[in-house]
Amino acid sequence: MSNETVTWHRVAKRDEVGDGDPLGVQVGDTLIGLYLLDGEIHALSNVCSHEFAVLTDGFVNGDCIECPLHAAEFDIRTGKALSPPADEDIATYPVKIEGDEIFVGLSDA
Amino acid sequence: MASSRERVVVVGAGQAAAWAVRTLRKESFAGEIVLVGAEPHPPYERPPLSKAVLTGEAAPESTHLVSTAALQELDVVFTPGRRAEALDRTAGTVTLDDGQSLAYDQLLLTTGARPRRLGLPGEDQAPVLYLRDIEDCLAIRAALQPGRRVIVIGGGLIGLEVAGAASTLGCAVTVVEAGDRLMARVVGPEISEHFARLHADHGATLVTAVLPERFETAGDGVRVVCRDGSRFDGDLVVVGVGVVPNAELAAEAGLTVDNGIWVDDQGRTDDSRIFAAGDVTNHLNPLLGRRLRLETWQNAQNQAVAVAKAMCGQDVTYAEVPWGWSDQLGANLQILGAPDAWSAPVTRGAPDSGSFSVFYLGDGRIEAVNAVNAPRDIAVARRLMAGNVAVDPAQLADTDVPLRKLLG
Repeated sequence: MSNETVTWHRVAKRDEVGDGDPLGVQVGDTLIGLYLLDGEIHALSNVCSHEFAVLTDGFVNGDCIECPLHAAEFDIRTGKALSPPADEDIATYPVKIEGDEIFVGLSDA
Repeated sequence: MASSRERVVVVGAGQAAAWAVRTLRKESFAGEIVLVGAEPHPPYERPPLSKAVLTGEAAPESTHLVSTAALQELDVVFTPGRRAEALDRTAGTVTLDDGQSLAYDQLLLTTGARPRRLGLPGEDQAPVLYLRDIEDCLAIRAALQPGRRVIVIGGGLIGLEVAGAASTLGCAVTVVEAGDRLMARVVGPEISEHFARLHADHGATLVTAVLPERFETAGDGVRVVCRDGSRFDGDLVVVGVGVVPNAELAAEAGLTVDNGIWVDDQGRTDDSRIFAAGDVTNHLNPLLGRRLRLETWQNAQNQAVAVAKAMCGQDVTYAEVPWGWSDQLGANLQILGAPDAWSAPVTRGAPDSGSFSVFYLGDGRIEAVNAVNAPRDIAVARRLMAGNVAVDPAQLADTDVPLRKLLG
């Protein structure tokens, strides 16, 4: 993974994110949701694209996160909006693990 | 005008209509779509009108679901500001209030509901407001000036959301409810109590078991006189005492109407070419095994999506656990289920913490959940209820047991 245009931010310990138990973190103004899926950590924008709601307050349904407000679903791996009322995808962020620390890469631009 | 293209006419341009026309196109319906709406706006969502738009945190336009331009892109002929006045099922036409006659191959009625009016003596002369559309919302918002005395008649969801907004904006609020407790139709007693405390903590006066009898106008103000002789003085009154489904068009055309237009679990009326969706329907819910009429965002969206698919010939069933939410004074209330009674309550979490859920059980199953600032409980409970999963009350109450473990 190229990291020349991102800055890595240490956001959490590895064991703070559980299966079906995502963690919401914040870097600057950016709200990020961390998910554990099949042993891998994924980082997504933590704000629903339909209306303001913090997605990690929602429910992990298989590979998807269901918004706590209106039950829109997003693919945890791709950020793709899968069901109404959301029709806009949400951002995904690169993740790297060093030791037991999770780093998320945010674009410098 | 003769046309070889099949034509769907949608009457009523609210949330359900927006999802129906979107879904028709998504499912590759290639015929004509004509959308007729009484309001001047493109389809919009109403929940914010008693929440963020009412407090001024959100603009009215933020509620729009689909813009006029987007409707054009969807090849939908949108006719705002027009009411359908007659339905001729034999001819297959709808006549609008400008005399225009629209022929349909399939008709979808998404006419919604309107506020139930009190119709009490003195009402017409007094500053009494109702809330349903954007204009109502803006009129109430303009009236909610700091220091004004606001009397809210009706301690249901809309009444309490208005009360919460008014308290937030610095008004002196009195809520007058005819029943014994707040929101009795949609939540259990534990939740009524919690919200009564919340509103009282924010300065509102709550009065239950009192029936308004008439309005008296006193200077610029208004006096609400109740049957038991009690009276409340205010600068304005906002009424939220339920809605009446806009089912007249269907009833006059001979369709079965009883507390809404009767439809099956695909939204079909007893005329196979005529469908209905949203607040106006009295529909069969296969999960509950009975009919009900819902006034929820969920139903407006998801029933409309299912019905549009059925209109495209798909074999779909609209079967969901009823769900709705309310936001009052910073507390998010989510309500799952539509039980006959609020039996065997099990509380999870501490109400004093401001985040808790109450599960109402029957036959070892969850019949309803009321969750305050606990959305994840709702997501799990929805699955437990849809799957008719038996639950152990002790586990439900134990916050050390993650709820999702109960899904097995």
